[in-house]
Amino acid sequence: MTIDEVQDSIVEEFSVFDDWMDKYNLLIDYGKDLKVIDPKFKIKDFLIEGCQSKVWLHPEFEGGKITFTADSDAIITRGIVALLIRVLSDRTPAEIISADLYFIDKIGLRQNLSPTRSNGLLSMVRQIKLYAMAYQATSKK
Amino acid sequence: MRFLYGEMRLIRLNVKEISDIRKDFPILSLKVYDKPLVYFDNGATTQKPRCVIDEVDKVLTTYNSNIHRGVHALSDKASEEYEKAREEVRAFINAGKTEEIVFTSGTTGSINAVAFSFGEKYIGRDDEIIVSNLEHHANIVPWQMTCERKGAKLRVIPINDNGEVLFDEYLKLLSKKTKLVAVTQASNALGTILPVKEIIRAAHSMDIPVLVDGAQGIQHGIVDVNDLDADFYVFSGHKIYGPTGIGVLYGKEKWLTEMPPYQGGGDMVENVTFEKTTYNVLPFKFEAGTMNYPAAIGLGAALRYVISLGWENIRLREEELLHYATNRLLQINGLKIYGNVENKISIISFLLKDIHMYDTGMILDKLGVAVRTGTHCAQPVMDRLGINGTVRVSMCFYNTREEIDVLIAGIEKVKSMFA
Ligand SMILES: Cc1ncc(COP(=O)(O)O)c(C=O)c1O
Repeated sequence: MTIDEVQDSIVEEFSVFDDWMDKYNLLIDYGKDLKVIDPKFKIKDFLIEGCQSKVWLHPEFEGGKITFTADSDAIITRGIVALLIRVLSDRTPAEIISADLYFIDKIGLRQNLSPTRSNGLLSMVRQIKLYAMAYQATSKK
Repeated sequence: MRFLYGEMRLIRLNVKEISDIRKDFPILSLKVYDKPLVYFDNGATTQKPRCVIDEVDKVLTTYNSNIHRGVHALSDKASEEYEKAREEVRAFINAGKTEEIVFTSGTTGSINAVAFSFGEKYIGRDDEIIVSNLEHHANIVPWQMTCERKGAKLRVIPINDNGEVLFDEYLKLLSKKTKLVAVTQASNALGTILPVKEIIRAAHSMDIPVLVDGAQGIQHGIVDVNDLDADFYVFSGHKIYGPTGIGVLYGKEKWLTEMPPYQGGGDMVENVTFEKTTYNVLPFKFEAGTMNYPAAIGLGAALRYVISLGWENIRLREEELLHYATNRLLQINGLKIYGNVENKISIISFLLKDIHMYDTGMILDKLGVAVRTGTHCAQPVMDRLGINGTVRVSMCFYNTREEIDVLIAGIEKVKSMFA
């Protein structure tokens, strides 16, 4: 599936629920499916700044694609990270860099996370894109 | 909950029904996510009664004009109302003179002013400033900046696991090197009240002045700076039902007279030439530039509102809410209250076992309950207690038992979702 196809299916999955509690329950479930980061990477180097709860994100570059593993100490945040990873992991740097992440707005994540949390979400996205740029630069050399 | 700050000065007025009091605050009838708003973030800022909103509106619509400047009617009126607000603040905290009441932008503005001006005049190399482990960052960072500028040292009064200062340790810190003690009246993070009067008495026995951060004290009981004998007392208008952007710096006249101004500009001067500028008299020496006079006048209205409710009514109501909420919360399995002591303001900080505070806060938010999560700008307290932060419920007189019931049901919901 392309990045946009995955985004569309996430939007679809969320559209089933009107109630915010149900949406959160869904997020919590996604969090449970997250491929969790190796504990040895749960260190400051992989901690994302700008999140109120802690988020660790670890990239691995192999065969031209980046895979991410991650974790958070808060369960809702872990669900959000899981969604991001579902969309952006196992992609080429070029795909990640050019991705337009509309699903965040469409499922109402941006409005419904308080600004500081939303910043956390944005810092996650920014960090993922930064990794992609770094790998793209190294693979071009 | 007891109030140690002074004798009851105000007489008891007719008890207004709580439903009537809530009607005074337009925002309290709001719905969020289709649920009635339960506002438990009063420690961060309080909501405004209609009379405060109307007062600010009146300034802006009927006599807005820069104060102390024009010769015209509007400026006269605005200046008069602004000075009236200063007098109301003076009376409210029982200061001796209006010259001792300086308007600032808030508690943070007031503390920074003292940290700079007092620091310039009285603090030198190897001198010491004492704060407590319970301080808000606003009462830590400005002093660290002074210390850095002057080569002085910051000393910290330790606390016990319940968030109470260790008074004997405080006494040991006092020395000839101590130039100032700066402590909060109550912890914004835990709600615990500090023995400010005793702290001041001990410092004064060694001729050391004391600044009291009243940001979490002013709205919960009578403050009598004369009785306290505080050298500086600072607070924010927005935490006592007044507008944002206005704060108060009370300082004893002898300090304010000797201290240099911290900002230069219009209104704070007497005579300006390029050779030499002389400063205006108190309190104007410390009020450079156009002040936030609509907010100051709005603060006057807020103080009148609080007085009209009666301190005793406010105290009884907040005490009742605190006890009710504490008892209900303690019945919840796995819930731990930090700073659960007898002597506190109506703030409760807690954590649920194995559930992240943000998860708790997010779900409560969706249920219409506004709480604060995190370190509450008091990271050193959290470090001392060995936690990353808490969920903070901060109540005031317009909250109700029913709202606490909504909170309790919300916490049960959180537990069922994250268990
Ligand atoms: C104890 C204490 N001090 C200082 C402040 C800072 O107040 P302001 O942000 O209004 O300047 C606060 C507000 O959170 C506080 O609770």
